Amino acid sequence: MQAEAIDISFKTELLSLYQQMYLIREFEERSGEMYTRGHIRGFLHLYSGQEAIAVGAISTLEDRDYVVTHYRDHGHALARGMDPKHAMAELFGKATGSSKGKGGSMHLFQASRNFYGGHAIVAGHLPLAAGLALAARYKNTGGVALVFLGDGSVNEGEFHETMNLAAVWNLPLVFLLENNLYGMGTAVGRAHARGGDFDMAGAPYGIACAVVDGMDVLAVREVARAAIEKTRAGNGPAYIEAKTFRFRGHSLADPVNYRSHEEEMEWRKKDPISLLGDRLLQQDLTTELELLEIRETQDDVVREAIRFAEESPEPTEDELFTDIYA
Amino acid sequence: MPEINIRDALQMGHHEALENDPDVLIMGEDIGAYGGAYSVTAGLLDEFGPERVRDTPISEAAFVGAGIGAAVGGLKPIVEYMNLNFALLAFDQMINIGASLRYMSGGQVSVPIVYRAPTGGGIQLAATHSRSYENWLAAIPGMKVVAPSTPADALGLLRSSLLDPDPVLMVEHVLMYQQKGFVPDEHFIVPIGLADIKRPGSDLTIVSYHHAMVTAMEVADKLAARDVSAEVIDLRTLRPLDMPTVITSVKKTNRVLLLEENLKTGGIMGEIAAQIQENAFDFLDGPVVRVGAEDVPHPYNRGLEQSMIPSADKAIAAVSAAYGI
Repeated sequence: MQAEAIDISFKTELLSLYQQMYLIREFEERSGEMYTRGHIRGFLHLYSGQEAIAVGAISTLEDRDYVVTHYRDHGHALARGMDPKHAMAELFGKATGSSKGKGGSMHLFQASRNFYGGHAIVAGHLPLAAGLALAARYKNTGGVALVFLGDGSVNEGEFHETMNLAAVWNLPLVFLLENNLYGMGTAVGRAHARGGDFDMAGAPYGIACAVVDGMDVLAVREVARAAIEKTRAGNGPAYIEAKTFRFRGHSLADPVNYRSHEEEMEWRKKDPISLLGDRLLQQDLTTELELLEIRETQDDVVREAIRFAEESPEPTEDELFTDIYA
Repeated sequence: MPEINIRDALQMGHHEALENDPDVLIMGEDIGAYGGAYSVTAGLLDEFGPERVRDTPISEAAFVGAGIGAAVGGLKPIVEYMNLNFALLAFDQMINIGASLRYMSGGQVSVPIVYRAPTGGGIQLAATHSRSYENWLAAIPGMKVVAPSTPADALGLLRSSLLDPDPVLMVEHVLMYQQKGFVPDEHFIVPIGLADIKRPGSDLTIVSYHHAMVTAMEVADKLAARDVSAEVIDLRTLRPLDMPTVITSVKKTNRVLLLEENLKTGGIMGEIAAQIQENAFDFLDGPVVRVGAEDVPHPYNRGLEQSMIPSADKAIAAVSAAYGI
């Protein structure tokens, strides 16, 4: 009886991971369409292909923990529980958006869920995460900070400064590097002294390092959970490299002429959503019908988010001058 | 209280802040064991310990950004730069993050941080250690910038800065830490955004701040000997500017000298000159007079550096040329 109960809760958890990853994929692909139709402007960076990382890692966090991320941030916001309606409305620049239309795609925030961005200067957000980790420890909340960064961050000074500071101050901070192999259009190996070998990037600072298959949500979850437990226990910062691939261009303005179609097709075979779906089917934890129902429900959620964003009002003129100071 | 200097006033402000609010912590290079490059934080490490008085690595971007993060996380950090010139290494943090989070989050995020930094030339530290960049940061929406020139203003503005829910930069002129003055015994604050009429007058308005205030008072003294009555305004805050005080004075005196130690090009007084001509054009008897530092990198040589920084005689010559007084 007990074993069965555990199974049911485990199954619910796995299906929740599937549902979250699919929601993000659908959100991203429909956002791309909305961009093409001119409803979304500015830059739009899609997370398609990398869903397992945000979903796997954030699923191990508690409410008191902090999440900070880079500008490819829709997936992290949704995984942290942002209402897709508010996220989509922000992409549309509407008054009902998470930042009232003042931040846009690259700057999603939800303070009530300890989700502090959405930052668009490469590696610029790492010190912020260190400060949140410091606050958590100073106030003895037992919380930790999880910061997502791209491969390009490794070549920024703020990466090294923050790693060093986090180690010197023994902060409860997990660095999760999403290595999608290209910093915009530059292959990682062309811009990094060790040819894009990031697996030991925390080692010079005495920070424990781990590498994980970023297409496998269960693997990400396991590695993230270990790192978060370690840092929560007071053992200092941790670093994880997740190997992944973005299925789309850097942004929707990117013609993607710096990498081959074949490379993309190889990675698409490792699609994190079908990888998990297939595994659940093989283990008889779900059925095709159940997965289909999940996908259709999430399609509706995204459709509803788009409808909400379309029907929402533009910010009023006076909003230009609010939120600069308290 | 007997007269104390600006350094003592600031130290007093830090001490009481640490004592009164457990969420206050101080971080910066050599502020703890060394006691601070200008001794503002001397003794605080021993009394309050390394969790609250935190020596940092020489990593301006990291510790400034960590201060911002700590503020977002509910603490009240005071982040000291060893010198405002080193803040260039953390402008990304101060501008793209600290000053932008509230707006970009649609009002969800507060950044109640206080940055402090020695600034200014005059002690032969050459181009990398002598420039005043506070006017650059005063151009950033989301920032507040204060620049006290007396011990009472230093303490009163530090108290206000600590109460403020937004990022405030306090700049401290390196030549003024020993500046003495009267500080009231009873508790007081100096509101951010309020200029101070240091000396009333009727013939000329002098607008200045920081160490240039010393020069401004010298100008006023010398003009008084010629029977010219100068009203001297200490801005004290560079953002938000107290333009009503300036405009009211200019409408009364019909003449104005804007005096700063920043490079003249891009200095804060260019903005003030523009606002005066927008709001008091018809009241002016002549052109707005603007005197700032020469547009050159700060030289090391004492004579050269002194020639670069505006003097009272240079300012008086400019006033005489414009207004015939």
